[in-house]
Amino acid sequence: MNSTWSRFNITSIVLGFAFLYLPIVLLIVFSFNESKLVTVWGGFSTKWYVSLFHNQGLMDATWVTARVGVISATVATVLGTLAALTLTRFTRFRGRVLFSGMVFAPLVMPEVITGLSLLLLFVAVGLDRGFLTVTLAHITLTMCFVAVVVQSRLVSFDRSLEEAAMDLGAPPVKTFFQITLPVILPAIISGWMLAFTLSLDDLVIASFTSGPGATTLPMKIYSQVRLGVTPEINAACTILIAVVAVGVIIASIANKRREIQRQLDEQAAQRG
Amino acid sequence: MTDIAATAAPSTETATLPAKLATGFVNRLVIIVPYLWLLFFFLVPFIIVFKISLSQTAISMPPYTPVIGFKDGVSGFFAGVRELNFDNYTWLTQDALYFNAYVTSLVIAGISTILTLIVGYPIAYGMARAPATIRPTLLMLVILPFWTSFLIRVYAWIGILKPEGLLNQVLLATGLISQPLVILNTYTAIFIGIVYSYLPFMVLPLYSSLEKMDYSLIEAAQDLGCPPAGAFWKITFPLSLPGVVAGCLLVFIPAVGEFVIPDLLGGSQTLMIGKTLWNEFFSNRDWPVSSAVAVILLLVLTIPIMFFQQAQAKAQEQSK
Repeated sequence: MNSTWSRFNITSIVLGFAFLYLPIVLLIVFSFNESKLVTVWGGFSTKWYVSLFHNQGLMDATWVTARVGVISATVATVLGTLAALTLTRFTRFRGRVLFSGMVFAPLVMPEVITGLSLLLLFVAVGLDRGFLTVTLAHITLTMCFVAVVVQSRLVSFDRSLEEAAMDLGAPPVKTFFQITLPVILPAIISGWMLAFTLSLDDLVIASFTSGPGATTLPMKIYSQVRLGVTPEINAACTILIAVVAVGVIIASIANKRREIQRQLDEQAAQRG
Repeated sequence: MTDIAATAAPSTETATLPAKLATGFVNRLVIIVPYLWLLFFFLVPFIIVFKISLSQTAISMPPYTPVIGFKDGVSGFFAGVRELNFDNYTWLTQDALYFNAYVTSLVIAGISTILTLIVGYPIAYGMARAPATIRPTLLMLVILPFWTSFLIRVYAWIGILKPEGLLNQVLLATGLISQPLVILNTYTAIFIGIVYSYLPFMVLPLYSSLEKMDYSLIEAAQDLGCPPAGAFWKITFPLSLPGVVAGCLLVFIPAVGEFVIPDLLGGSQTLMIGKTLWNEFFSNRDWPVSSAVAVILLLVLTIPIMFFQQAQAKAQEQSK
């Protein structure tokens, strides 16, 4: 135990985490509320979950959101990984400053600007707003987040591994797929998950770039929230949180198991 | 984008010429694909926004007069120059509403950033001083809320802050207040919302710079008779400055253009530029004016965004 971890440190962490988690916990608790009043406890009930599944509009929106999320996260992961490779491996090429600017700027760019500018692009090229445009918009936003996540793994990557493979005659592309990719795979997976949740979550950019027939879940939730807080929305939010939580937990368990496996392999190799 | 092959892929001297050419081609592809994507979907849209901010509102679909086609590209852009006018910008300066919205947004984002720093610093510091075995868990706990929907997290606060909400119920029950506090639909609610939503963005960079710190420096200062507060301001804080700057930029820039938080927590009484842009676009359907609002917002944020990029590039260089 580190003796310098004082009572002040512990208190600030406990208070900080309470602040971070209490609102979410309350939201989940009140999704099981019998009463229609969200803030008055009227007994345990799951009826809001039942009524949720009979809400066709919400179900359609969920399906749209899931498809947009999976497609955009997958494309964004490929593009973001390429961008990360470019940023870490190619330190000198014309327009590198512009490129790194375009990767980092969307991370902080206010969503209203990104959304508006993408919409005007789609209008200018005559693309009808709908499923495709939301997906393209989400790819553009989330690939930058993937790039940052993968890049942070790539900079700590031991390049002597690649050099060894190439000295032994492996062509660069093969080296990438056999050596580099397995090592940075955890970062790529967490990049994909980050991209997926960002897409799942986005209201502003989707509102700008979506059209009729492609209403996403956040847009649906937002239009209902404006009319007031209802336990049904709490239930929808709880399911969304549960889906993401399960994904994150599975990913971290898989990560841990791979880590243990790797350690066992290393031990075996040393013994062998 | 020409001298890629020269700088990439070490030890290609053993490879044959076709292999070299293939490597060069693959390297080019690695750069070009994301480059073109970002050019087309990130940079070009800004040019269009600027273009449309100079056009006139029209009652049609799309509701503005000139449009540039991508086939004419740059020449088409210049062909339309004669029809451009700065009416939308004059309009923005004449109506005090927009000026107030910009100033209010900057002030709100500034205050919220300072509040987030004050709330986030002790958490990051506590995490950095925590036993090494539990640090990964603490880090995970800070990141986790980031995975849950932003909209949901803001929504959760409505139920807490509203007049008959949970906070007022608790305060009334404990006898701390006799009248319910009006927090929802005020600027206070916006501050709470921004601090809450952006806290992980502040804590993570702070933590990463505090974790790297050498704590024997503080022990040395204290051995030499420096009081703990003095040691903090003279040693800890200056050393964590890169994290402070990164965290503040990550909070400040998006907060200026924030829409969801002022819309859901601030109500109709509060004024922020993100909301103004949204209303101009969706309610008034005035695309040229909302484009002009976006252009000015972007100009206002250029300096902090450039600082952010520099900080990122620096961090990237250092971690190598």
